[in-house]
Amino acid sequence: MTASTIGSLKRNPSSKRAVFGSIMTGISALCLICTVIPLFAVLYFVIIQGFSRLNTNLFTQLPPPPGLSEGGIANALIGTLVVVGIATIIAVPIGVLAAVYLSEFSGNNKLALSIRFATNVLSGVPSIIAGVFAFGLLVSSGIVGFSSVAGGVALAVLMLPTIIRTTDEALKIVPQEVRWAALGVGAYNYQTVIKIVLPAALPGIVTGVTLAIARAAGETAPLIFTALFSNFWPNVSFQGLLEPIATLSVLVYNFAILPFKPQQELAWAGSLILVFLVLGTSIIARLVTRKKVY
Amino acid sequence: MSRSNGNDSYSIGDSPRGVEKNLDIGFRWLTLILAISIGLILLSIAIIVAIGAWPAIKEFNFTFFNNSNWNPVEDEYGVIAVVYGTLVSSLIALIIAIPLGVGAAVFLSEDFLPEEIRTILVFLVELLAAIPSVVYGLWGIFVLIPLTKSLGTWLNGNFGWFPLFSTPPTGPGMLPAGIILAIMILPIIIAISRDSLASLPPDLRQASLGLGATRWETIFRVLIPAAISGIVGGVMLALGRAMGETMAATMIIGNSNNLNISILAPANTIASLIANQFAEASGLQVSALMYAGLVLMILTLIVNVGAEYIVNQVKARYE
Repeated sequence: MTASTIGSLKRNPSSKRAVFGSIMTGISALCLICTVIPLFAVLYFVIIQGFSRLNTNLFTQLPPPPGLSEGGIANALIGTLVVVGIATIIAVPIGVLAAVYLSEFSGNNKLALSIRFATNVLSGVPSIIAGVFAFGLLVSSGIVGFSSVAGGVALAVLMLPTIIRTTDEALKIVPQEVRWAALGVGAYNYQTVIKIVLPAALPGIVTGVTLAIARAAGETAPLIFTALFSNFWPNVSFQGLLEPIATLSVLVYNFAILPFKPQQELAWAGSLILVFLVLGTSIIARLVTRKKVY
Repeated sequence: MSRSNGNDSYSIGDSPRGVEKNLDIGFRWLTLILAISIGLILLSIAIIVAIGAWPAIKEFNFTFFNNSNWNPVEDEYGVIAVVYGTLVSSLIALIIAIPLGVGAAVFLSEDFLPEEIRTILVFLVELLAAIPSVVYGLWGIFVLIPLTKSLGTWLNGNFGWFPLFSTPPTGPGMLPAGIILAIMILPIIIAISRDSLASLPPDLRQASLGLGATRWETIFRVLIPAAISGIVGGVMLALGRAMGETMAATMIIGNSNNLNISILAPANTIASLIANQFAEASGLQVSALMYAGLVLMILTLIVNVGAEYIVNQVKARYE
């Protein structure tokens, strides 16, 4: 064996293959950098533009009439809480219990496969179609009209797939032995599920639900023709649930396209709140899921 | 793998046991019914949109698809311009997002960087997906449109003979909309491509490296071909998302219902057409918008179900 062949076993950084490798590594790293740049660009502008408008008035006052400054976005904050609250009340029980069926009772039969498939298809349904659905179901049929309820139903449809999937995953992680132990001491299935399995999976479920809520709070498209918008304080009564209501995301949309500087500032401030809501929950959710019960 | 104990017949039979047994059966039925309701919700979305669209379907039939006029005043509706806008803006998004996404996925799935740094980067990409689309829209109006305007002016100045760049940019238009859609679908492409690369059996990699291939030769000749169906599935899911994405597109595409081939001109997508007009629409216009919604739903369903099928095929092969 000559010295040159032994030498060729070492990595030669100037060989064609090595240079090609380094170039490709550089290109793929560049792809990643280009991907993350928009994140920081959006965060930068939202913070710069939104922060200057952040004061107590923002959280306590109504939006000013077009063209006038001052005021706040308090009604939209309340409205977002109301609409997302309604969506959560609808979506959480359905989603969690449907996932309980999938993971605990179905035995992965054909029905479970098709429901998982339906869940995936549902998560691909464009959010605006969820709005059209809620409009057709509740508004044009005259059941409730443009209202927070209609908006809540639209958001619930969008929250369901996330809740089902995360609950399904969280339940799968609970070890089989825990169930056998519960059943072995004579517990019924429902007792096992409610008292043992669901509590064990709770961190994962709560994480999924929180992420779904945060996403729903940022949803706009289905709300612009179900909850509409309102420049006034929401009506604090049951009747109020059946009236149009302002939401943060729709406020950002409405004010972003107005030609008035004060309104645009409020749109940036609203965006700042939305972004921190969503990013904050994502980060907290990430930290919470690290803890495991079993 | 059934988790039910299934054998309750030996219960002692006194009444509290009986109540509990009924509760048990009731609870199972409840979960079953709610699980089935997911399918029913999906079905009722289709039915309700179709019912709402019915008057327009009867009125326009297939002329809906070769008419580019959207004229609420004369009750004349056609979707060719918005279908063009939907497809072309999604296509621009894919052209930008596929190379960036697959490149980033490769970088994140191979061990170029220490584990901890990769975890942070993966998390940053996930955050990109979490930003509400209305915020992207706002950012697009004030930051991206001015940026693309100069790009558009340059494209029009140098390549104006080419139909796609034949109009001077007005600001809002298909190009900035495509770019914002690209940003929004990148996380999906990266996540799914990374999953399919990471789920490849380690033997493939070892065999290729053992034969003397370099890391990038392995990536190009072994790993990407083996993971290609997963990557394609991810790209299709991303396409479905881009076609249905509403707010960001609505805010920066210009909302012009005139058919214009140029990507520098204002355009419209099906989703933004609905977002723009639905709240103020009445009569046949509502129905026509629902017809457009039905078209969008069918388009995204085809793409999503196809993607689902492909991604599942890949899982089945390597699990």
